[in-house]
Amino acid sequence: MSEPVALKLTAKDFKSNQEVRWCPGCGDYAILAAVQGFMPELNIPRERIVFVSGIGCSSRFPYYMNTYGMHSIHGRAPAIATGLSTTRPDLSVWVVTGDGDALSIGGNHLIHALRRNVNLKILLFNNQIYGLTKGQYSPTSEVGKITKSTPVGSADAPFNPLSLALGAEATFVARTIDSDRKHLQSVLRAAAEHEGSAFVEIYQNCNIFNDGAFEQLKGPATRDDSLIRLEHNQPITFGRDGQFCVVHPPGGFGLEVRETAATTAEEIVVHDATITDPAYAFALSRLPGLDLRNTPIGVLRSVRRPSYDSVVQEQLDAARATVTETREQQFAGLLHSGDTWTIN
Amino acid sequence: MTKKIRQLDRVVIRFAGDSGDGMQLTGDRFTSETAQLGNDISTLPNFPAEIRAPAGTLPGVSSFQVHFADYDILTPGDSPNVLVAMNPAALKANLADLPRGADIIVNTDEFTRRNLAKVGYQANPLEDDSLAGYTVHPVALTSMTVGALADHEVSKKDAERAKNMFALGLLSWMYSRPYESTLRFLERKFATRPELVGANVAAFKAGWNFGETTEDFAVRYEVKPAKMPPGTYRNITGNAALSLGLVAAGVRSELLVFLGAYPITPASDILHELSKHKRFGVLTMQAEDEIAAIGAALGASYGGALGVTTTSGPGVALKSETISLAVALELPLVIVDVQRAGPSTGMPTKTEQADLNMALFGRHGEAPVAVLAPRSPADCFYAALEAARIALTYRTPVLLLSDNYVANGSEPWLLPDVESLPDLRVDFATRPNGEDGATFLPYLRDPETLARPWAVPGTPGLEHRIGGLEKADKTGDISYDPANHDFMVRTRATRIEAIPVPDLEVEDPDGDAQVLVLGWGSTYGPIGAACRGLRQRGLSVAQAHLRHLAPMPANLGEILRSYERVVIPEMNLGQLAHVIRARYLVDAIGYNQVHGLPFTANELETMLEEVLKNV
Repeated sequence: MSEPVALKLTAKDFKSNQEVRWCPGCGDYAILAAVQGFMPELNIPRERIVFVSGIGCSSRFPYYMNTYGMHSIHGRAPAIATGLSTTRPDLSVWVVTGDGDALSIGGNHLIHALRRNVNLKILLFNNQIYGLTKGQYSPTSEVGKITKSTPVGSADAPFNPLSLALGAEATFVARTIDSDRKHLQSVLRAAAEHEGSAFVEIYQNCNIFNDGAFEQLKGPATRDDSLIRLEHNQPITFGRDGQFCVVHPPGGFGLEVRETAATTAEEIVVHDATITDPAYAFALSRLPGLDLRNTPIGVLRSVRRPSYDSVVQEQLDAARATVTETREQQFAGLLHSGDTWTIN
Repeated sequence: MTKKIRQLDRVVIRFAGDSGDGMQLTGDRFTSETAQLGNDISTLPNFPAEIRAPAGTLPGVSSFQVHFADYDILTPGDSPNVLVAMNPAALKANLADLPRGADIIVNTDEFTRRNLAKVGYQANPLEDDSLAGYTVHPVALTSMTVGALADHEVSKKDAERAKNMFALGLLSWMYSRPYESTLRFLERKFATRPELVGANVAAFKAGWNFGETTEDFAVRYEVKPAKMPPGTYRNITGNAALSLGLVAAGVRSELLVFLGAYPITPASDILHELSKHKRFGVLTMQAEDEIAAIGAALGASYGGALGVTTTSGPGVALKSETISLAVALELPLVIVDVQRAGPSTGMPTKTEQADLNMALFGRHGEAPVAVLAPRSPADCFYAALEAARIALTYRTPVLLLSDNYVANGSEPWLLPDVESLPDLRVDFATRPNGEDGATFLPYLRDPETLARPWAVPGTPGLEHRIGGLEKADKTGDISYDPANHDFMVRTRATRIEAIPVPDLEVEDPDGDAQVLVLGWGSTYGPIGAACRGLRQRGLSVAQAHLRHLAPMPANLGEILRSYERVVIPEMNLGQLAHVIRARYLVDAIGYNQVHGLPFTANELETMLEEVLKNV
């Protein structure tokens, strides 16, 4: 095979002519810029890239990408993208969604896209609030959240999106943050390379209705001691001075955080996103507390499983391989199959 | 002994038994044998929604009615000449439908004290004189079948289960049916269990030989082939024909057909059938729910396939939001609603036409779509092709309203010449359409069809974004401009209204009818049979039947106004009548019935006779 021709696209090529209409200061701007900046790396012609979204602030995203795009209806983007991706394996299909869109009204489509392993790159902008409807709590809002629809505090326990995706048999699960462009792009890169569904949660600040929700992970005073930056094949240590690490608790389930000084090097877990058993990635997804300390970012899980698209394509190819006649001849044969009789 | 042979012009047989007795299969086989002989046929399966209702009970009765004749017929027949009753429940559930003098073949082995008590028979009806008005043939079907299979290496249970083949053999003998196709069928069906092929064939032959030797059946009947146009035929159900129509749409459009579906009675058979045709480029996806099913179909259409979703009424309700999105996106999409009795779960295996309002109006916003309905099982093929043609040509969702009656009923189908089917090839947009030669305007319309360009992802230079937000005319950019919204809403309405559909034809052989019977969908057969009956008695009546419900034929208003009276029989509470009255200001009379069963020709004839008297 010859080397693919370098398309020499730039971020500018991916900017559409539409005026961007998010609130000034919204985290979505940073994500849009990061995605537009990353797209040239794919070296895929713009016409073969499609962004499909649902409803919500994040779902306006496709309008701003100079690719093909569809802004669909609330929660249904994974279903629509499944039909597109399955019938058009030549396309690179991206789904942009939010915490309400993907986890509330569209929860069913998300989990089924993940279990099927449809070849979709799903970017979930999680701001833990309903923005477009002006500030109701979302399925990722913390218990007790005071919002317009919960004046005395929300009684709902939230979803952990990564745990949910892992439970839904996702083959690729990652998390990143709107404000860290370099990290965001590194996660997009890994997602793009993954065959099958890639689920990426992006912590995104809504400066109007839920400002500072992720400040613990962003502020210079707290972020280094709170973020666990996962790197494949590296021991999991974190903190300003690497003073924390992740270990398997003796006799317990899952993972826990300990002080590095009190831990031997052998005890520190070496991150391996390719572990088949989802229990490991699930344990990682459970590390953060309500205060967002011990929040892993990066690729938690990346395992190989044939994509739905490829299995369907194989079945289609196998069926077509047996065909020797024209479609018209074949169809005439089908019409006349079974018990027929002739009247002269 | 030599048996008398009597010629008949038509016969209606109803096979009835417990849900597990194989009555549908028995009826299917008898129908197939009858088709081979060249009779015209119409069938009506009738079964409960429960897979296996408690054995021997009235709710568990499953039946299959077949009407065959030496002339062209339109319905499965109002009342059976012959009832095959495999147990007391089957007798009790069906007796009221039989005219006096009808033949009843009963499986006496099942008329035990316990089975009689289960359905509330105080005394055995075979032993008192309650069946005196009928010709009863008591046959020990189960024990004779088991006896005939004594030398076969099959379990007692399998031997007993073959009793439906004994019954089929007997009926095949009575009506002189060719049985080779049934023997071939049994070989195919039990290919992996040869001992069952032998047992079922033996049971069939035992039934046949029993007819030939027993004195109880003194007469054998013949029904000569019907005079039908020359060509090759097969017997087909509506669901099978509709599936083939969708395959044909793929062949003639040269597009991939993508079906997104969620299992639902009575539409699931279309999913089953289409899943077998990958070699034609037909992809099927069993989605997680009705919404995902249509969503995936719409996504496939966006990518340049023919997106299809199949369901029944409850599913259409769930798909409604996505249909509106498809209206806004102006993409081709075929939505098949195999209607069943509602509301809610209703009677899932029974027929009704009560989704017309939902099809025409059941969406948020002004969201017009094309709507059409097949009139008979074989017509489902052509209706599916027509739905695909409209969807592809006019870039619109199309709702196809089948129903349980046409979906599961069957009739002979004169197979079409593939080359004669419409050419459905489409022109995808390939280059910018703006005046400057560089801009692409996704909502610039074809002046003739008012369709927008179908620019599929992968086409260089035509990158664009579409969505549910209102779009500016031509550019497709998001627009909140009041005048633009008004224009777009009106344009979406106009473009559906402007789809050319064939003029409505009126059947009025006498030419002087004052009463028009207007129908739509599956009532075609019963209405046609009723009109024939009236005409045979010297009365004039005109019949017209709508295939296109949106848009309606251009000449409909003129036709309606040229009759003294317009009668609209529907299996709902007057949904078409309501539309006709509102649209054309015609004082149409509704005749409405929601029994979950098709109209009988007889009840329509009686009703129409009353109308004729009062004109």
